[in-house]
Amino acid sequence: MKARVTVTLKSGILDPQGKAIEGALKSLGIEGVASVRQGKVFDIELADGDRKRAEALLREAADKLLANTVIENYRVEVGG
Amino acid sequence: MARALRLVSGRESVMVWHAETALPAGTDLVVVPGGFSYGDYLRCGAIAARAPVMQAVRRFAGSGGLVLGVCNGFQILCEAGLLPGVLMRNQALKFICRDVFLKVERSDSPFTRGYNAGQVVRVPIAHGEGNYVADSETLVRLEGEGRVLFRYVSPEGARDPAWNVNGASNAIAGIVNERGNVLGMMPHPENHVESQLGVTDGRGLFAGLVDHFKQAA
Repeated sequence: MKARVTVTLKSGILDPQGKAIEGALKSLGIEGVASVRQGKVFDIELADGDRKRAEALLREAADKLLANTVIENYRVEVGG
Repeated sequence: MARALRLVSGRESVMVWHAETALPAGTDLVVVPGGFSYGDYLRCGAIAARAPVMQAVRRFAGSGGLVLGVCNGFQILCEAGLLPGVLMRNQALKFICRDVFLKVERSDSPFTRGYNAGQVVRVPIAHGEGNYVADSETLVRLEGEGRVLFRYVSPEGARDPAWNVNGASNAIAGIVNERGNVLGMMPHPENHVESQLGVTDGRGLFAGLVDHFKQAA
């Protein structure tokens, strides 16, 4: 079963990498980009097919490792 | 790091493998040194913080044992929840490898008793993610409780944004936990202990620890 965990910085946390990317887009002539914040995507293949169990497992994975909850939020998407 | 400990204390360190589940009996000090554990994959120190041996380190710290984390070690201690906050990418995004000046904020800690309070020491840094970040509540608590042991300053000891080269909140270079037995710092005192290299400001940290253990014995 396929799943995806997306990890993003909490609002208020400074993201100099996002700012650097923003600047680079502008230099490339891509106008109208107000802001960029960089996050991470984890594409996970689960052995089990149970949706509820999968969500719980992935939340545990995110809380314990994939996200640093001091500075990051996460979103779990299962199946699809 | 082992060399610095040997030079200053005269004792050999025991290297403990990350997969071990116990520390050697009679351990006085646990040092989590610098490096690039797991290639900084996921987040700096994130994977090493979950290594089996960290449970033993956590127990050791919980019972009051002294733990020193330097650079990647500081990152690991934060990821392990032994220290608050997180080390993020240097504000200017560049890896910085140079000497900086640190103010030793207080000398009544086993880690800083080898210095005078307010002393300015010259220590090298070498990191890309040394920007200490914590929420405002945590920062207020750290400052209020005197838990910032080292701060980036000018050579004259003044607060100066130009000398806070990685942009760390409140120019924080090193902090201790509530109990004061766990210290994390980004700079490398162990790299300034040999007179042949010209600067030995780092000795005080290790010499102070040796004194601390002599007194406690």
